Amino acid sequence: MTSLSPDIGRRSLTVADKLRGMHWGLVLLVAAISGIGFVMLYSAGNGSWQPWASRQMARFAVTLVPMLAVALIDVRYWHRSAYWIYGVALILVVAVDLRGFVGMGAQRWIDLGVIQLQPSEIMKIALVLALARYFHGLPAEHSGRLRYVVLPVFLILVPVALVLKQPDLGTAIMLLAGGAILCFLGGVRLWLFGAGALAAAAAAPIAWSFLRDYQKTRLYTFLEPDTDPLGAGYHIMQSKIALGSGGLFGKGFLLGTQSHLSFLPEKQTDFIFTMFAEEYGLVGGLVLLTLYVLVIVYAFAIALRSRSQFGRLLGLGVGVNFFLYAFINTAMVMGLIPVVGVPLPLISYGGTAMVTVMLGFGLLMNIGVHRDVRLSRAGESHLG
Amino acid sequence: MLGAAIVGRMYQLQILQKDRYAVLADENRINLRLLVPPRGRIYDRFGVPLADNKPNYRVVVIPEQTGDLEAALAAVGKLIEVTEADRNRVLREVRRKHSFVPLVVRSNLSWEEMARIEVAVPELPGVAIEQGMIRHYPYGPVAAHILGYVAAVSEQELTGDPLLELPDFRIGKSGIEKAQDRSLRGAAGTSQVEVNAYGRVVREIATTPGQPGQDLVLGIDMAMQDFVTRRCAAEPSVSCVLLDALTGDVLSLVSSPAFDPSAFSTGLTPAVWQELSTDPRNPLTDKAIGGAYPPGSTFKPVVALAALESGSITPDTAVSCPGYLELGDATFHCWKKGGHGGVRLRDAIKRSCDVYFYETARRTGIDRIAEMAKRMGFGAPLGLDIPGERPGLIPTRDWKLATTGSPWQQGETLIAGIGQGSVLATPLQLATMAARLVTGRAVVPHLLRPAGRLPPGGDAVPPAFAPLGISPRSLGLVLEGMTAVVNEQGGTAYAARVNEPALAMGGKSGTSQVRRISQHEREHGLRKVSEIPWKERDHALFVAFAPIGAPRYVCAVVVEHGGETGGGGSAVGAPICRDVLVEAQRRDPARKVPQAEPMAQTIAPDLPLAIPAAAASPGFRRG
Repeated sequence: MTSLSPDIGRRSLTVADKLRGMHWGLVLLVAAISGIGFVMLYSAGNGSWQPWASRQMARFAVTLVPMLAVALIDVRYWHRSAYWIYGVALILVVAVDLRGFVGMGAQRWIDLGVIQLQPSEIMKIALVLALARYFHGLPAEHSGRLRYVVLPVFLILVPVALVLKQPDLGTAIMLLAGGAILCFLGGVRLWLFGAGALAAAAAAPIAWSFLRDYQKTRLYTFLEPDTDPLGAGYHIMQSKIALGSGGLFGKGFLLGTQSHLSFLPEKQTDFIFTMFAEEYGLVGGLVLLTLYVLVIVYAFAIALRSRSQFGRLLGLGVGVNFFLYAFINTAMVMGLIPVVGVPLPLISYGGTAMVTVMLGFGLLMNIGVHRDVRLSRAGESHLG
Repeated sequence: MLGAAIVGRMYQLQILQKDRYAVLADENRINLRLLVPPRGRIYDRFGVPLADNKPNYRVVVIPEQTGDLEAALAAVGKLIEVTEADRNRVLREVRRKHSFVPLVVRSNLSWEEMARIEVAVPELPGVAIEQGMIRHYPYGPVAAHILGYVAAVSEQELTGDPLLELPDFRIGKSGIEKAQDRSLRGAAGTSQVEVNAYGRVVREIATTPGQPGQDLVLGIDMAMQDFVTRRCAAEPSVSCVLLDALTGDVLSLVSSPAFDPSAFSTGLTPAVWQELSTDPRNPLTDKAIGGAYPPGSTFKPVVALAALESGSITPDTAVSCPGYLELGDATFHCWKKGGHGGVRLRDAIKRSCDVYFYETARRTGIDRIAEMAKRMGFGAPLGLDIPGERPGLIPTRDWKLATTGSPWQQGETLIAGIGQGSVLATPLQLATMAARLVTGRAVVPHLLRPAGRLPPGGDAVPPAFAPLGISPRSLGLVLEGMTAVVNEQGGTAYAARVNEPALAMGGKSGTSQVRRISQHEREHGLRKVSEIPWKERDHALFVAFAPIGAPRYVCAVVVEHGGETGGGGSAVGAPICRDVLVEAQRRDPARKVPQAEPMAQTIAPDLPLAIPAAAASPGFRRG
């Protein structure tokens, strides 16, 4: 990083500068985790690249390019278009609600022919961008005041409500949690969160009545997983059996009985961590979790080194999002929280999650590359 | 902090509770399948198989392999008959089961049907022949009541043994199949297979072979059983018991008509069941052990023994028979209207004089008669080793008081003296009585031969039954009378005598009334047999032993509603007994008679047995 001169903030960076300033270590980490994902999908296919591993590898290769492109585009561009991106994402979410493709009992995708787009995933990035821009433009002395919190609350709650209606509880929780954390980091006073929590508690009975039956069942099941082992509790029971029977060192590659004999449901998507821990045991699971922690630490380090509030918040938002993915997924497969349908980032089979996560890392690296670029409140560079 | 929760949870699941989850994972994937053990076979005394297992072919479809299930069913339907019900059942089941589970289209295929499918199998994907085992009785109805049958396990018979819950498993429902079900059943083997979440078998992990059911040997002589069955078929409803008096082996036990036990293995059709269960001749009941009849005059030997042993009569006591006996204001009739004149014991048995036995019973008393009847095997089940035995009934003062509340009347003693009234006996008890008469021992009949097949030359030592404690002299007197019944002119069964002296038999006829003879009939003459409805005709009974010189075989026959009024069992029962005993003796040389010592002890040589000289001819008595 010594190659970057102190005056870098005052002139445009060349592509060469940017490539040199890129955090290749993060790319390496992401590639390593994805590599583990390929191996697990190979195992999930009962020792075959088909049908999952090969397609996942192709997706990774394809999304690597936009990730780098996102990193190289000037941060000011992202700052300027943050609300636009949010707007487009919101329209897409509404579109899904209107004429979506119904899969897995929930309306989540728009079929664009080539890929199936899941707008709620895009929204995770868009929300972070919008909130980062908002708090960036807010003078620090205002951010504690109630009336300046109204807009971000709307920015968060509108997509949350739409996503809940699809219904996609996992994404809604991620949007809500991610947004709230970003507000906190943006300077919103803690007592306001307390007030919000109280309001939420008051609204909980109403929200309960809006939940779909299967969502209620999942909550019940979470509380008492053993009462109905062949019904709703089946997934979580089988997941715990798979995890537990893995033991310290696991059953070995391709030797997980629970996953290979199909007792473990959704082993290639939501429950892939279980499969990993069944085959590689506690040791393997800890190694994987360590890699995730490294990514998150990396993300926070990049964010905190940014000179702009926008950069800091965007970086932290991407890191928080990634953390929420990993935490919710692993906690749910272990029976710590209800099953809400959140994939394990970079490892679970699936296109949109991969795109979201990779674009998120693209933004993160963008922040790293443009860490010294200063942005005015309005979004103009100081030297713009 | 949240990360610590994750790691802590992993530690809890994967280290602390590892064993518990490892067990659960194995329970998930490892499926224990039971291997049905082959049911034990049943043989007769010479090793002839009476019950075995034969392959049962069924045609199955595996839906996932057929492509088009309906087309496959149609194709099968062109080769063999597939009813609409079968078709619908398969189409119903396919919706409830995984597509790799074979569905039975039809079972119990004939050899020809099986062959037709087998040839076409290469062109019929997803159609296969499966083989199971089914209980088979090569002789069909011939020993049906002895062997019993097997059928699907009923709800009440479930004991928690998983073997019983297998759809193919059959359990003994009657006869030997029921009595010996435990040993015939064997122990199930197990096959540990790895299955996936849908139940499909991935591979076999381990198998432990089961224990095949134990083979059993019966004392039955199947050729004899077959002969008796065919002989009995001459009458509508007959039961016949043939015993080896020395060993207690049941050589044949026939209740006619019978049923085909093989039909139960596959399941009866409602029509067949309806026919079997409503037939007035009760083909499903083993009448030889489960039919209780008034023994009539066949009971007279018991009365005679009780009287002789108690001293209430001597062989020389004479009773005058004018055709009736008056007691108080009641009149007891002899079967012979004009009476027998003056009769002594020998003649009274020979001519079956009722008045003589009225008087003898009166002198002896019901207590002594009942006591003797019990010693001779009446009034309680004999403990034959198959279920279904009836106890019969020997009335006593206590029994009368307990059941009717009124005291015993002397007239009832008289009626019991000719085996009527409340007295009831099974054919098996009558045969056992004969066996006890000729041996003087408490012979107990049995079907199973724990010693296995008969060795060449017969059993070395016949089982020693306990002596009855009846004097050989009394036994000899009764046997002498019974010999006269068949072999002397004027004997009730003289017409059924054996012409070959070496095979001669002795016996006693009996008629048991099904219906009271009315005063009107006595005055106006009895109706002809042909005029009486079958159901109202008397039963004809005959009890016999042979050969008279050294009795070995005893036989009891009850022909339901076969009696000619007044003529007794001699006309219908005696010829059957004769043919059976002659056949038994003809087959005897192959059997080799064991030592006849028990005979020598009980029936002493000094007995005044009226043995025709020819019957004692050398060469017949084997020792």
